[in-house]
Amino acid sequence: MNKIVDATGKLCPMPIIMTKKALKEIEEGIVETLIDSEISKENVEKMAKEMGLSFETAEENGIYHVKITKIIKSLEETENKDEKTVMVIASDKMGEGSEELGKILMKGFIYTLTEMEKVPSTILFYNSGAKITVEGSESVEDLKVLKERGTEILTCGTCLNYYGIEDKLAIGEISNMYTIIERQTEATKVIRP
Amino acid sequence: MKFPSNECSVGGCACKMGPAVLSDLLSTLPTLEDKNLIVGYEKSDDASVYKLTDDLAMIQTLDFFAPMINDPYIFGQVAAANALSDVYAMGGEPKTAMNIVCFPEKMDISYLGEILRGGAEKVAEAGAVLSGGHTIHDEKIKYGLSVTGIIHPDKILKNYGAEKGDTLILTKPLGAGIIATAYSVGEASDEAVNKLLENMTTLNKYSMDIIREYPINACTDITGFGFLGHAFEMAGGSEKSFIIEKELIPYMEEAKAYAKEFYITSGGQKNRNHLGDRVLFNDVPFWLQEILFDPQTSGGLLFSVKSEYAEEIMDKLSKLKIKSSIVGSVSEKQTHTIIVE
Repeated sequence: MNKIVDATGKLCPMPIIMTKKALKEIEEGIVETLIDSEISKENVEKMAKEMGLSFETAEENGIYHVKITKIIKSLEETENKDEKTVMVIASDKMGEGSEELGKILMKGFIYTLTEMEKVPSTILFYNSGAKITVEGSESVEDLKVLKERGTEILTCGTCLNYYGIEDKLAIGEISNMYTIIERQTEATKVIRP
Repeated sequence: MKFPSNECSVGGCACKMGPAVLSDLLSTLPTLEDKNLIVGYEKSDDASVYKLTDDLAMIQTLDFFAPMINDPYIFGQVAAANALSDVYAMGGEPKTAMNIVCFPEKMDISYLGEILRGGAEKVAEAGAVLSGGHTIHDEKIKYGLSVTGIIHPDKILKNYGAEKGDTLILTKPLGAGIIATAYSVGEASDEAVNKLLENMTTLNKYSMDIIREYPINACTDITGFGFLGHAFEMAGGSEKSFIIEKELIPYMEEAKAYAKEFYITSGGQKNRNHLGDRVLFNDVPFWLQEILFDPQTSGGLLFSVKSEYAEEIMDKLSKLKIKSSIVGSVSEKQTHTIIVE
């Protein structure tokens, strides 16, 4: 659906407010705003840019026509894209060296994830990393926080079986090699601590 | 006729003419050289200063605008606090004030009474006397004052003279124009409006009474050109660059949400255009940029002081009702006059 907003003769913030309202009213389409002030035109363009919408402006007899295109799909795509950070935890220790230190670091790493503004979309646990998602692990509470904030927590089933802790899983779901590969290939970013 | 608000795009200093337009015009006016005129308009300072004797100078300023709020009494207070502010920004003390009024013939005259009452109260609070005024009929309300103050010629606080290593302090939070814009379209909360009114009606007298005791290198008040516009004039005039810390910028909380909703003014965009690439933003979100460009009405003082005094001054300023903040520091001149990071 397309809309025309006549904001000629209107002072700021009205051209902005009227354009914003028209954009809200349509799901998809073009809002064309007519403006007779250069500064108001710049303000409307600034809003479109900030909303992540494409626009083009033409001038005709002293009137600016700002055409803003609203496409819902493209917006969702970009938003999802941003979110696909996958963490791969392949060990219950972080880094080489002392085993004790490695475990402390890993615990700290997971705790710090809960403090971040943006949480990863998925965390994959495999090999000895599987020991972190089971009963008795000191990170279970932190992982619960992450899960509440929307992080998917997946632990490798083969690994749980190998260590004999398959019935002790305390957080998240059991996963398989297929999903482990799929999550990593679909990710925009894969992080291995 | 009802009492209007939002008569010019968004009242207050948002209706100030742009700096570029004015400076071209002013440069063509005939002038008489007078060595006693210490600060004139060619310096784009807050007020003019004329030396009368070796230990006495006169500060003169004039400011008026259309209502930005639908309460005539409060509008009178805001207009007076704003006009008086220019004297404080020079470090002076206001002594006399005269009203300037445009008022529609058909409007209820009691509104005028309320405007003048609000103005007179602020003049009295400043310790100055109301000594007269002039009123004409006009289609739209405008009100302001011409204020005369005094200062010792050696103690004038110019809007330039900031030195490398100085600390920059701002005495009122920003966002007045944005909240006034949200108000003009009926989208501001009562709490936001109350904060706005307290902010705009508070005299800069109280902060200046503290600041005056210290060796201040430069001082100005934040009005129509927004924080960055006035900071730019100070930095440029001082031939330095200002490093503004984005985490330290004070603003009225609601201004953030309103800026995100695009309750922004043409004044803000004019200020943005005026500064162009002379200001560098390092990862500064849109809403904060808008707050930094936002035209203020009766805004706070921005001053530059040797960093060793900053803590002591902040201690004293923090006892005032409206909170001051350190906002950055002064560096050697760089490619960008202002860097927000």
